[in-house]
Amino acid sequence: MKSEYTEQLLLKGLANNDSKAIEIIYKDNFKMIQNFIINNNGDYDEARDIFQEAMIALYEKVQSESFVLTCKINTYVYSVCRRLWLKRLQSQGKFSNQMEFVEETVPIEDDIEIHEKRNAEYEIMERALSSLGEPCKSLIEGYYLKKMDMQAIAKEFGYTNADNAKNQKYKCFMRLKKLFFSQYNIGE
Amino acid sequence: MSIQREDIAMIQNVERYLEGKMLPNEIAYFEQLRKNIPEIDEMVVEHNMLMHHLDNYSNRLDFKNALNDIHDKLSQQGDIQETNEVSRTGRIVQFYNKYKRVTAIAASVGGIIALVISAIVSSIAPASNNNKLEQLNRVVAQIQQKQQSQGNKLNEVAKNKEENIIVNSGGTGFLINAEGYIITNAHVLHGSSGANVMSADHEIYDASIVYRDEIRDLAILKISDNDYTSIKKLPYTIKRSEMDLGEELFTLGYPRNDITYNKGDISASTGHDGDTLSYQIQMSANPGNSGGPVFNKNGDVIGIISTREKQSQGVSFAIKSKNIFRLVDDLKKGDHPVDIKLSTSASSIKNKDRVSQIKQIENCVFLVKAFNKKLNK
Repeated sequence: MKSEYTEQLLLKGLANNDSKAIEIIYKDNFKMIQNFIINNNGDYDEARDIFQEAMIALYEKVQSESFVLTCKINTYVYSVCRRLWLKRLQSQGKFSNQMEFVEETVPIEDDIEIHEKRNAEYEIMERALSSLGEPCKSLIEGYYLKKMDMQAIAKEFGYTNADNAKNQKYKCFMRLKKLFFSQYNIGE
Repeated sequence: MSIQREDIAMIQNVERYLEGKMLPNEIAYFEQLRKNIPEIDEMVVEHNMLMHHLDNYSNRLDFKNALNDIHDKLSQQGDIQETNEVSRTGRIVQFYNKYKRVTAIAASVGGIIALVISAIVSSIAPASNNNKLEQLNRVVAQIQQKQQSQGNKLNEVAKNKEENIIVNSGGTGFLINAEGYIITNAHVLHGSSGANVMSADHEIYDASIVYRDEIRDLAILKISDNDYTSIKKLPYTIKRSEMDLGEELFTLGYPRNDITYNKGDISASTGHDGDTLSYQIQMSANPGNSGGPVFNKNGDVIGIISTREKQSQGVSFAIKSKNIFRLVDDLKKGDHPVDIKLSTSASSIKNKDRVSQIKQIENCVFLVKAFNKKLNK
């Protein structure tokens, strides 16, 4: 059994993108979810999918300042996976009432709601970026995602100087803003 | 769409403000502007929101990649079983561990009782039983003989492989690094002195034969044509580790003049007649597929299609990709050492859908046409 301290440390590691911590959480929990999904009409790939989505939900939860986990990691992961899997089965019309409760669960409705909102935002951003087209997409990704400096970006894209690249980047940013908010506000 | 210079200057200021790159007096001035001009205030808020969303997006993207890497690592280490069966190291094992001692005692008691009973039974059992046992033995021996002769037949098939393989005039080959080295089957080049290759867009390039290994049935070509522009980086990686049964596969090859896609899965970890250098795969390969790459679902090269079984439909064999590493190692140590660096950096097509994976791979898969200067018997 793991002590409270270790669990706290793992969550801290997760929040700080510590790959060792992520790996331990992954290793400790995947098998349980794999068994659960396979026992309930799913397969390995679906287990991987659902589990990783739960990991993302946990990851984004630990990063918020108001974060408190009132249960053990495995209980939380199981609860989220169970809820996500039920939803997916329902959407496929495969819902069965006989889903077994192997592990205890905690209420996670609010978290799921936040997670789904984030999913939607992520997808909107993904779509906005891909409809930007090149070189805008790569410029924006280079500066805002990969945090490259303008000098390096100018060099990689072949701009004669950083100022020109910067100018282009601002134009791209304006387009992205338009694309993103037009979708984002529909979703509200 | 026209964007004014002033607009750009304004965004620049907003960004500098948000990134904390302004000087104190600039900040004071800018904050005054925000207060007085609602449009600017709005711009700051929107800019900040968008940056926040970009950050979220970026974090999640990185985390997703990290998760996939960890998953692959754990599954390679055997900590994760790629199976659709419920693993036994769950509850039942816990249960077993808990009651191990009790079970052990129970089992040993049971064992002793069983021994005693069998001793009693054998001491009182009629002697005629022995004959039956012998007979049974002979039958077993007969079965063994049969199996052996079947094995021999299979061996004969193996020896006649050369004749069974239909491909001779050409096959498929694929890049193993960005410098234009191509791997294919040795039998594709059988009895030929030269070769050229055709890309997916039907461009033909001269190639030279660098190395042939008839035993592994692998050969390396190099595109020697000046017209060929080499690619920057291969989209796929070549796997050293072995794959598990049932893994999903796909291939690209040239059974005809156009590049052709096919999919299947691994059906046995050994090839024809227990050949440990190959996999048996469930995929309908056709003449011309020989030498083609076999990819797993992430787009990593895991093998090279070599032969198929003539009698059974859809059974093919693929040489395991680790043999490419061995071949390259041999080549380094050979009489005319050639140092070929294989593409082992992570494949860039891992999480893409099949269509976009193929789009990136197809430029790296070639039709190999072998030709002879002198006539071959």
